[in-house]
Amino acid sequence: MAHVAIADQEQEFHEPATFITKYIWSQDHKVIAIQYSITAIFVGLVALVLSGMMRLQLGFPDSFNFIDPSAYLQFVTMHGMIMVIYLLTALLLGGFGNYLIPLMIGARDMVFPYLNMLSYWTYLLSVILLLASFFVVGGPTGAGWTLYPPQAILSGTPGAGAGITLMLLSLGVFIVAFTMGGLNYVTTVLQARTKGMTLMRMPLSVWGIFTASILGLLAFPALLVSAIMMLLDQQVGTSFFMPALLSLGEQTDYTGGSPILFQHLFWFFGHPEVYIVALPAFGIVSDVIATHARKNIFGYRMMVWAIVIIGGLSFIVWAHHMYVSGMNPYFGFFFATTTLIIAVPTAIKVYNWVLTLWQGNIHLRVPMLFSIGFIFTFTHGGLTGLFLGNVVVDLPLSDTYFVVGHFHMVMGVSPIMVLYAAIYHWFPLVTGRYLHTGLGKLHFWLTFLGTYAIYLPMHYLGFLGVPRRYYAMGSTDFIPDSAEPLNASITVAAIIVGAVQIIFIVNLIWSLSKGRKSEPNPWGATSLEWQTPEIPPKHLNWGEKLPVVHRWAYDYSVPGVSQDFIPQNMSEAEVERLKT
Amino acid sequence: MLRNLLEKPWLPQPDNVVGGNAAVAVPTSAERIALRFFLAIVGVIFFLFTITFLSRSQYPDFQALAGQPWQPLSNPWQLWLNTVCLLLACASLQWAVSASGKDKADFTRMGIRFAQLFAILFIVAQYLLWQKLHGLGFFVASNPANSYFYLFTGIHALHLLGGIIALARVSLKFRQNGSLPKLAANISLCATYWHFLFVIWLLLFALLASSPETYRTLAAMCGFLR
Repeated sequence: MAHVAIADQEQEFHEPATFITKYIWSQDHKVIAIQYSITAIFVGLVALVLSGMMRLQLGFPDSFNFIDPSAYLQFVTMHGMIMVIYLLTALLLGGFGNYLIPLMIGARDMVFPYLNMLSYWTYLLSVILLLASFFVVGGPTGAGWTLYPPQAILSGTPGAGAGITLMLLSLGVFIVAFTMGGLNYVTTVLQARTKGMTLMRMPLSVWGIFTASILGLLAFPALLVSAIMMLLDQQVGTSFFMPALLSLGEQTDYTGGSPILFQHLFWFFGHPEVYIVALPAFGIVSDVIATHARKNIFGYRMMVWAIVIIGGLSFIVWAHHMYVSGMNPYFGFFFATTTLIIAVPTAIKVYNWVLTLWQGNIHLRVPMLFSIGFIFTFTHGGLTGLFLGNVVVDLPLSDTYFVVGHFHMVMGVSPIMVLYAAIYHWFPLVTGRYLHTGLGKLHFWLTFLGTYAIYLPMHYLGFLGVPRRYYAMGSTDFIPDSAEPLNASITVAAIIVGAVQIIFIVNLIWSLSKGRKSEPNPWGATSLEWQTPEIPPKHLNWGEKLPVVHRWAYDYSVPGVSQDFIPQNMSEAEVERLKT
Repeated sequence: MLRNLLEKPWLPQPDNVVGGNAAVAVPTSAERIALRFFLAIVGVIFFLFTITFLSRSQYPDFQALAGQPWQPLSNPWQLWLNTVCLLLACASLQWAVSASGKDKADFTRMGIRFAQLFAILFIVAQYLLWQKLHGLGFFVASNPANSYFYLFTGIHALHLLGGIIALARVSLKFRQNGSLPKLAANISLCATYWHFLFVIWLLLFALLASSPETYRTLAAMCGFLR
């Protein structure tokens, strides 16, 4: 019995005594999770400010002197890279993965606590390297978050010197950090589950995080490989990706490399990355919805299978990002087909969330509001994905604001909605206090409606043919004058939504000390993380004895039982006593 | 795994089920699971490098390092020498594994030392080969085939260096508390990693010393022909 070997092994666990070992060089998964979360939210706020400055330029061109074309491109690049990798990946896997996995499967900690600590500090190093590029000569890279060669490393692109070097190094360091973390998450799920916790009794959050970790472990190497080769192209002058070309009127030393090769590598990482972000969000939102609707998740096994199938399919759809790069039409056909097939398991998940809500005892608390908001934003973002997955529709829409609207809806707003749901849901567990409900509802409505005010008009701009990544439109014949006030209104909405996040931050800080104290299991949840002897859970989580699991995580409103939830660690005998 | 995934957790279940990992017949340590995933990652890295290599090999400026008599890897006696070196390193480590299983501390120690010695020798020999190629005018950036040669051997050497450091940690622990049964598992993990790197090296060797015709065939199989 492998699990006993790790979970109950007789080694001594010393509680860290000093402040430094407890909160700084901590090996406790909960502390590491909070370190990850705070760092990720901090860089996320930097990226949010960057997006605000982009919108200022787009909404009111030529009104702000400090935003020149170079600065604009640098804002675009850093905003995208930070949001996708340093915020979403780090917060969902490093933050929530770290906090939830051991608690939800009934383990005392990650399997390799030291490696876990190292993972966080390596991540912090990658963040510092990334932010350092704001302070070097030439500033951060402005190559676009996809970093396509040849322009990424040619002079003329902002930050082509130290900026891009730091970016590539930072990505490399991040991948090392993620690999250490990911190995930990996967091994912990496979090896440290407590007695009775079979794979099919795990909460969907764990399934999502587990599958996403495997995806990350297999997909990030592609980014590493392309970063290494690009770094060599830049520093040593090899021609892996760089074609023979003229730069600023001079013949470069590069010979016939292939920029398309980079695109393939990048998107072989880039598409699974979408699901590295989405799958944990899918899992978490399933648990939040089931808990606050007091109903078992509809089609649990289908949900698990859908997560696994989406994970597998995500590796064979990457070239749908490259339809305009030019490819054999049969390849385009293949990738369009796989892209549309991936919509099937995804739609199954959406239906199941809706069916879980159907005739549920819905409590419209803040986490539930954000979860329902997620169903809306994800459905809208997903449907535009069907448009873009088809080659003939994608070709005219490619590189327009339609694409910007699509991917912000599906992998920007949606995972953020789930993150907020998760923070409002688990805050009482982490701190023992509630977040303020009134502020939370205000935060939800302004964010939810505000994101629609931002991204719906972008779809329309895209249909008009407004290209993305442009510093300013100037006078362009095919774009009607009405696009200008529309852009201004998007900017106003974006500034409001950005400012609204201050409410959230204030709520977070205020509730930490002044929030209403929560009872041990405030939402009446069944999963193990709420069943610890102390809330918030102490070092090693479970006191003397590990919990024993008797059931799946979704026994809500079971007929004939007086209490509307049965925790996973409650045995049949105890349930008998609850029967009326 | 499949049986686990077909479970129906929502049906009433007998309470004596303890499940968890009890279903796994052969207990596998967490370290070994993690190592397997790590090997998968390393495998993906080299796989992707190889794929880009095959694609890049079909561009007109690519001049393979083997195939014609005057090209440096057409008679790769030096690479064979290095390969033997790495093979000896792996064999010594395997010897250490079997010695540690039989609780023979001296042989284990000797096996580990030989393994480290041969592995370092391999890296030094690879470096000498780099210098020789460089001396012959095959610079890193002068041709993509050269770039790939330095890239492949360099990344492989870095991975081996990681393996040497891991093994050094094990032998340090060995010196400190000397309890064999506890360390036997660690040595065996190191051995698995080294064997894996040896196999990777064989594949890289075969790839690097192949002729342009072979590249063309492989590239055709991948659909890379231009």
